[in-house]
Amino acid sequence: MDKRYTRRDFLKIAGTGSALAGATALGCSPAGNKNTVSDAPAGEMTYRTNPGNGDKVSLLGYGCMRWPMTKDEEGRDVIDQETVNGLVDYAMEHGVNYYDTSPVYVQGQSEKASAIALNRHPRKSYYLATKLSNFSNWSRENSMLMYRKSFENMETDYFDYYLLHSIGNGGTKMFEERYFDNGMADFLMKEREAGRIRNLGFSFHGTQETFDYALSLHDKVHWDFVQIQLNYVDWKHASGRNVNADYLYSELEKRGIPAVIMEPLLGGRLSKVPQHVADRLLERNPDGSVASWAFRFAGTPSGVLTVLSGMTYMEHLIDNVKTYSPLVPLNQEELDFLEETAQLMMTYPTIPCNDCKYCMPCPYGIDIPAILLHYNKCVNEGKVANSRESENYRKARRAYLVSYDRAVPALRQADHCTGCGQCNDHCPQSIDIPHELHKIDRYIENLRQDTL
Amino acid sequence: MLKKLRVAIAAIFFICITLLFLDFTHAWLGWMVKIQFIPAVLALNLAVIVLLVLLTLVFGRVYCSVICPLGIFQDIVSWVNGKRGKKQKNRFSYSPAESWLRYTFLAIFIVALAAGIGSLAALLDPYASYGRIASNLFAPLWQLGNNFLAWIAERVDSYAFYSTDVWLKSLPTFIIAVVTFIIIAVLAWRGGRTYCNTVCPVGTVLGFLSRFAMFRPVINADNCRSCSLCSRGCKASCIDYKNHSIDYSRCVDCMDCIDTCKDGAISYRFAYGKKKAAAGPSAPKAPETGAGEKETGASRRTFIASAVMAASAATLKAQEMKLDGGLAEIQDKKIPDRQTRIVPAGALGISHFAQHCTACQLCVSVCPSQVLRPSTSLLNLMQPEMSYERGYCRPECTKCSDVCPAGAISPVTVEEKSSIQIGHAVVIRENCIVERDGVSCGNCARHCPSGAISMVSLEGERKFKHGRELRIPVVNVERCIGCGACENLCPARPFSAIYVEGHQLHKTI
Repeated sequence: MDKRYTRRDFLKIAGTGSALAGATALGCSPAGNKNTVSDAPAGEMTYRTNPGNGDKVSLLGYGCMRWPMTKDEEGRDVIDQETVNGLVDYAMEHGVNYYDTSPVYVQGQSEKASAIALNRHPRKSYYLATKLSNFSNWSRENSMLMYRKSFENMETDYFDYYLLHSIGNGGTKMFEERYFDNGMADFLMKEREAGRIRNLGFSFHGTQETFDYALSLHDKVHWDFVQIQLNYVDWKHASGRNVNADYLYSELEKRGIPAVIMEPLLGGRLSKVPQHVADRLLERNPDGSVASWAFRFAGTPSGVLTVLSGMTYMEHLIDNVKTYSPLVPLNQEELDFLEETAQLMMTYPTIPCNDCKYCMPCPYGIDIPAILLHYNKCVNEGKVANSRESENYRKARRAYLVSYDRAVPALRQADHCTGCGQCNDHCPQSIDIPHELHKIDRYIENLRQDTL
Repeated sequence: MLKKLRVAIAAIFFICITLLFLDFTHAWLGWMVKIQFIPAVLALNLAVIVLLVLLTLVFGRVYCSVICPLGIFQDIVSWVNGKRGKKQKNRFSYSPAESWLRYTFLAIFIVALAAGIGSLAALLDPYASYGRIASNLFAPLWQLGNNFLAWIAERVDSYAFYSTDVWLKSLPTFIIAVVTFIIIAVLAWRGGRTYCNTVCPVGTVLGFLSRFAMFRPVINADNCRSCSLCSRGCKASCIDYKNHSIDYSRCVDCMDCIDTCKDGAISYRFAYGKKKAAAGPSAPKAPETGAGEKETGASRRTFIASAVMAASAATLKAQEMKLDGGLAEIQDKKIPDRQTRIVPAGALGISHFAQHCTACQLCVSVCPSQVLRPSTSLLNLMQPEMSYERGYCRPECTKCSDVCPAGAISPVTVEEKSSIQIGHAVVIRENCIVERDGVSCGNCARHCPSGAISMVSLEGERKFKHGRELRIPVVNVERCIGCGACENLCPARPFSAIYVEGHQLHKTI
């Protein structure tokens, strides 16, 4: 007899309980009586206005490059559509209205999956951005095909924002070849006139020369927006041949071009920081996450239209929504504090890999990002020894070797890298991948032979 | 008392030797296999041979009871059967020695050794038989258990355990191990030490010596009531209670009969003195016989049960890990058709190795790089050989030479090993990705521990591709030691573009 209504009773009791808890949380709760930290508030998102057409864009934009994955019946990696729907619904509810994808993201699955989730909402309630990602074949036919295919994939008749994808990789010459020699830039400008593209811009990684050249075309093309990599490390300490973000941003500001920010968190490198760096940030603001510092930094400049984050997990989405609901801009003292933090982090010899996976798949089966991220993790956790004399050498050696085998299957490890260099052309962070892999391989070989 | 001592020592030997095959490859356990009879003979280890002969001449065939792992294994099987009831415990009866069979097997063994048919001799070596059983049947279970622990360790961020590959190294050897296991287990289940006293060449040789042993169990005819209890409990079937005599060529000095006899008529004593000399010190009754053995038996059983459970979990997880979608597929490497097989540094050469190896699989069990595996060729069946499709002979490792009890792989240091040439690398240019795909590589040269591989320019028009200079590997065979790093790490699949040919005779470069 009891069994018949225990479940219902339980739910009822639990319901009343949480209602009460909610009431006390809202009302004047006595100290120590709060049972949970409140959810991210809805309706308090900070918006920026696009000076060109008045679009009200949420400061948090959704990067659709890191959707959660699952396996289909045949064991292939596919996007976990149900979870994506949940993420998008939450984001929409909390005011996120900018979604950025590309035909090449997530092994080519991102556009469709993003569209499935977004098309459950009114088309006018969000801004859609995708790109002309003609990296491997930039003939006019192929580029056209890619452009048309995006409409098909996303079941829409216009794009709010359309980008020439990652100019600068390959230098000015390749920029010309990909968009001007084949007439694609002219074509896209016509499409803009026709209203199928509401804003035309480009995303940039690479050398200053190409950036300057692209901006010099502003009078002719009129860039409605430009997407740049900006975060508190790259502001003054861009890695490789990349350009410092303070230069990129100031050049855009001069011309009044709104900036869309990518890599605000460096693929998680600014949230997975060494413990004492994390302590330093958390001590300064115990109520905010480590990541919130990076997002506040990226959102502070007023010329920033939106800050893209590839949020794979709900907790990341919630945290970022909180940070921007509303944004509390950084003051000068806090900016100085982050600059100090950046310098502190520079003392760690991590490899600037953001896990974008553009280098993949390696034709010889190497799991490049896994090797580099594992190395970075060990660097940050102090598990990379300098020599056999190091205090923690034995422990560090075992930890590195065992965790390496766990992180990367044997046949995909650095010792199989042929050094062919095909990956280097794809890396937006201009990492010399074979060089880094061989360096890691030598380190591991020294550990194995105990000759460090 | 004597029986308890026997059981205790036997348990230590059995557990330690088994552990050696499972994964406790500490050198300090290695002596336990180095004092095994046939390995000592093959290694021409005179000290051990003399010691074992003396041991047998003084105490009888205690070797068979406490040192030989296959003997102890049979005792365990026989004991388990006896535990089922009185009837099973006393299932034995005296039978005359099958001398004709025993000496035939001994003759076959000696002829096989002399003729260099190593694998036939290896089939008859009791230690090697046990080694094959342990490495083919027990070790995989142990490893799966380890992988289960590693699976747990990974989840609690501990580095105490790491996962190992469990793979079938050679089907014929595995089948031989299974068949040996079944034959030995069935014989022991029914007739105790039947195998030792009809087939085993070591049993025959030691049996011949133990007839003259100074100490042995003796039946005092005055006290004997001819109750036959000793005969029915004798797993070697060697006690003729009617005539109060014991066949010492078959008695393995297990001391069971001393406790079994209710009249104290059997005692273990100096055999050449007066008959009455040792009337007093006949062994007291031991109420809890074989308690230690029982415990180990039980824990072994639970271990195996848990290992099997772990196995299913571990394999499921392993598959999940391997299917990684965003990655290029990797073909398995295939074994090249080597003209000369490769044997480890320390083996001196193919024929020396073949003559001394007893195919116990100890080196195969301890090889951490998955390089050693039993040969499948008929002439060297079960004897290990090397191949590099799963790993290569690591420069810092000398494990196989550390453990080999038979002198087939003599001990080498890491420094010595770095200059012992066991083979040399050969380039197959058609397979090389530099020629085939026009990309630059050099992974073989980068990983060659002896710097024997250089990358040289391609001649003619193919020299440049996409503005990059293409270079192909060449091998300085004088410097190559045959470790297989190049073959293993070559990106060409399924056949590497560079592979190792073995050498008949190893040499120091």
